Order: sequence, then C-alpha cells, then structure tokens
Amino acid sequence: MILEIKQGTIGYGHKAVLSDVNFELNTGETVCLLGKNGAGKTTLFKALLGVLKPFAGTILLNGTPIDHWNRRKFAQLVGYIPQARALPFPFRVMDVVLFGRTAHLRAFASPGKQDRMIADECLEMLNIVHLKDRIFTQLSGGEQQMVIVARALAQQPSFLIMDEPTSSLDFGNQIKIIQRINSLKNNELGILMATHSPDHAFMCDANVAIVHEQSIWKYGYSNDIITEEILKTIYGVDVKVRAMSGNDDTARMVCVPTV
Amino acid sequence: MNKTSKQSPYRIHRFSGLLFVVLGLLLVATILFSICLGRYPLTVTDLLTYIFTGKNTDPLLPTVLINVRLPRIIGAILVGGALSISGAAYQGLFRNPMVSPDILGVSSGAGFGASIGILMSFTVLGIQAMAFIFGVGAVFLALSVSKAIGKNHDKILMLVLSGMVTAAIFNALVSLTKYIADTDSKLPDITFWLMGTLSRITVAELQIVVPVVLIGIIPILLLGWRLNVLSFGDEEAKALGVNTGRLRFIIICCASLITASVVCIVGLIGWIGLIIPHFARFLVGPNHKVLLPASFLSGSIFILWVDNVARSATTLEIPIGILISLIGAPLFLLFLRKSSKKTW
Repeated sequence: MILEIKQGTIGYGHKAVLSDVNFELNTGETVCLLGKNGAGKTTLFKALLGVLKPFAGTILLNGTPIDHWNRRKFAQLVGYIPQARALPFPFRVMDVVLFGRTAHLRAFASPGKQDRMIADECLEMLNIVHLKDRIFTQLSGGEQQMVIVARALAQQPSFLIMDEPTSSLDFGNQIKIIQRINSLKNNELGILMATHSPDHAFMCDANVAIVHEQSIWKYGYSNDIITEEILKTIYGVDVKVRAMSGNDDTARMVCVPTV
Repeated sequence: MNKTSKQSPYRIHRFSGLLFVVLGLLLVATILFSICLGRYPLTVTDLLTYIFTGKNTDPLLPTVLINVRLPRIIGAILVGGALSISGAAYQGLFRNPMVSPDILGVSSGAGFGASIGILMSFTVLGIQAMAFIFGVGAVFLALSVSKAIGKNHDKILMLVLSGMVTAAIFNALVSLTKYIADTDSKLPDITFWLMGTLSRITVAELQIVVPVVLIGIIPILLLGWRLNVLSFGDEEAKALGVNTGRLRFIIICCASLITASVVCIVGLIGWIGLIIPHFARFLVGPNHKVLLPASFLSGSIFILWVDNVARSATTLEIPIGILISLIGAPLFLLFLRKSSKKTW
C-alpha cells in the first residue's frame, strides 16, 4: 500500500508553509522526518491525514484521492499519534485505547468483546497492561504517550503517522518509544515519524526525509542523508557525525554536537 | 496496587448496571410519592390499588391522577431529563464541563419567540409554537454565523462565541418586548413565562412533545461512543475515523430540538442542564454511553423533587426556575467540594 502526496502546496489561511511537495510512504518502510521548528512537519502530517486541505496538489491513498475516502475507511488504514493533547474528561486508559477501535465500528455501535481483546493485546504489546484501569489524565507524559501508541495500534492501521512521539519524554522513555517502534516494524506497516533528534533515524535504521525551506529537500537512507553539512544547514549548529564501532546493538552512526 | 487506582471512580463505573437499577427504582418511588403529594392528598395504598385492580375507594382519585398529577409529573420527567441529557451531550461536544444546553442561544431565542407571541395575544399553542420556532431558529443562526465568519478560527470556539452573540441579541430583544409591553397584562405574562413553570402542562401538549423528545434523544444515545472519541479534539477524532462535522451537526440538531420542545411548554428553566451532567459524571464516569442515560434519570428525579417543594412548600406556588437556582446552586457547590479532579 502507498500513501503519497503529489505536487502538494499546503498551508494555513493564505500562507503556504510547504510548496510543491512530493513524498510517498510505502508499507514496510520506516521514514523519519527531520526539520527545524516550524519547518512544516506537522503541517505535512495534517495534510496526509486529510484534516488540512492542500491549496494545490493531490494526496492519494492506494491511488485514490483522500477526499474520496470516508473517514472511517481511511482511519482503518492510517493511524495518527499526535504531539500534544488535553483531555477534558477523566477517561480510563482502557477507554482511550478502545477509541482506536472506532474506525472498525458501525455508525451507532460501541466497542464489543472482540474490540476489548484487541485493546488488551495492544496494551500487552507495549508492556502497559498495568495501566489499564488508571485514569489517562493522571498518568505521566511517558505513560500517556505509550497509551496513545496503544490507541493507534488498536486501530490496526497499515500506516502509522507519529508527530514527535518522543517530545517531552525523559531520556529513558524516549529510548523505550524508539525500541517499541523498532519492534513494530514489519512488512505490512509503514511508519512515518517526525523527530527532533537525528539520532533517532540512526536508531530506527530508517529512511530520512528532510523538510527545509518549504519543501522536502532531501530524501534517502539515514546513513547517506544525515551528514555534517546537512545538519549544519538545517539546524545552524556544528554537529559531528561519527560511526560508533562496537559489536551488535550499538554499532551505528551517532550525532555529536560540538559545544 | 497503589492508592490512586484504588480510589478510582471507575470502581463505581463497574457497578453502573446496578446504579441504573437504583436510579430507576428511585425514579419510580419519586413518581409515586409525587402523585400522592398535593392540595388533594392521595395515599400510596389507594393509588396502588387503583393502578393494579382498577378499584377506587376515593371517587376523585382517577380525575386527580389523570388530569392533574400525571401530566405535570410526566412533563417534569421530560423537562428534567431532556435538559440534562442535552447538557451532557453539549458538554461532551464542546469538550467543556462549563457548557449548558442554552450555549447556542436556544433559550434566549425561545424567550423572544414567546414574548412576541404574548405581545401579539396569541393562543397558548401559538405562543408555544413561537417559542419553539425562535428557539431552534436561534441555534441555526448561531451555526450559520460561525460557519460564515469562522473559517480561519477554531470551530468550537467560533460556535461558542456565535452562540453568545445570538443569545445577547435575543436577550436584548426580550428586554425590548418587555419595555414596550402593557404593564398591566402583557408584562406580567412575559415575566412569568420567562421564570418557567410546570403547572400549565396539559395532556394535549404532552402528546406532541413526548414523541418529539424521544425522537431527539435516540440519536444522541446511539452516538454516545463517538462523543467520547471527540474528547481528544477534532483532528484526533477525525484521525480515529469520526466524521466530526456530521456528528456535531446531528448532536446540535437533536439537543436543540429537545431543549426547544420542552422550553416551549414550560418556559425558561436554567441550571439543571449544567449541574446534572456533573452529578451524573460523578456517579458513572465520563463514558457517554452510560453518562447520557444517567443524566436523563438524575435530571428527572431532581426536578420532580424540586417541583414537589415548589407546589407544596407554600400556599402560593413558587416558580420552579427560581427554586432550581436556589436549591441547585448550593447543591452544586456542595457537590464540587465532595468531587475531585478525577471527576472532570
């Protein structure tokens, strides 16, 4: 399956944030989206999710423009893990995960036994079964993020779009999220993740797309794309990119900023 | 298990089935008590004998029951339930526990419609029709205003602000009708209408309003789960597969329909649509599948008791709108003190 944007110009009001963007995400692929604050990563996500209509260009899911998809069918294939959230009512973690089942319910239905089983599986997959009966609003940021990931998994989508899933998390929780993402990778799932840390792209062994100056400036395998010059250009700071020699799990490229 | 999860209100949640039985029984008991209470007292034994065997020791019992007490009690259940359920639905829809059913101007519109009707000496039915039409009309005005001018703003915020503007306009128009009304006949009528009363409900009105309210309530109950999903906001709800625009439209239509249809027969009754959903959320948690029916039941029980006070505390009946505020406000404060952050 494929989620793609062709010659897309996207923005708010009259101001284009991204123009003439071409990008595609295939199932089985993991892509990290890099770019400085305000570069338009979230804007691109909103367009891909169909909540922000592009000024020009088309967005296609499996070759069909997304405004031809109904919301429910679309949500069965594309799951979203957003950046910030405020929940006005004290829902239980289990309820929040069950929200992910909505796309698979008929118009007037509520989740049934099978949906509960799927939600249980998702909680188990992320090792957060113990949170099941807790109240979502009382959880820590890291726990909330895990619950939102579980919610997206309960959607059983073919594409997962994550908007900075590690932001506002402590070091340990960031790594845990990355580990989970790595364990989710498979041939049936396409993952698109915005992140502020180029290291995450190395850790996920992912492809990288760089949003810079209103378009997708670079695209390719992380080891080829993330170079010292490119990091200097997008972030305006000096960063050394080095290969960690080691055996097994730590043998990868790392970014070391000069301070 | 740690302390927080032990104290979770969801321990109550698991017993929500039992809670509905309790609320149901409480409603039945309240109804029986309310039937017997009044200027012409009836005993529960006589009443039950009449209901189950058809024999009546008291010759006036059938008349009092069918013509006087029942219409008022059924009307009260309908009013309390309808206002509470639309309050709960609106609080979910606007993701804000401060919202009440008149947030989009339905009450102000209805008040203006009724004032015009009274001013032009319409019949009771005419006044009610005016109240209904202007009530629903005010909501559609608010909806179209928010659609027309709010393209670049947050949809929810624009709806609330358009509702406020609509209400302000209709409130000003109500004051205008009062200002020009004849101070001996029309002005008192308008004032009393605006205060709200359950004493004028007739069987004929109920025959129209009961079906309309039921038609409005059913879609709201069925869409309960989707209202839950809306808690995370528009964009997330869309990404979860909810057609938020359509959902909002259906809920607003149904809630306004039932609010306008009860307001048009009893006048303006405030507060109840704000406080009862809070109370119900405290009882059963935030899941709208159970919160909405729990709001309906609690609202009916609450208004029946307030009405019992209204019609029997003094020889002169106290307008129920006044009494609800007088009883509801301190009760609400008491309840806020008891509840915690966990409730909302």
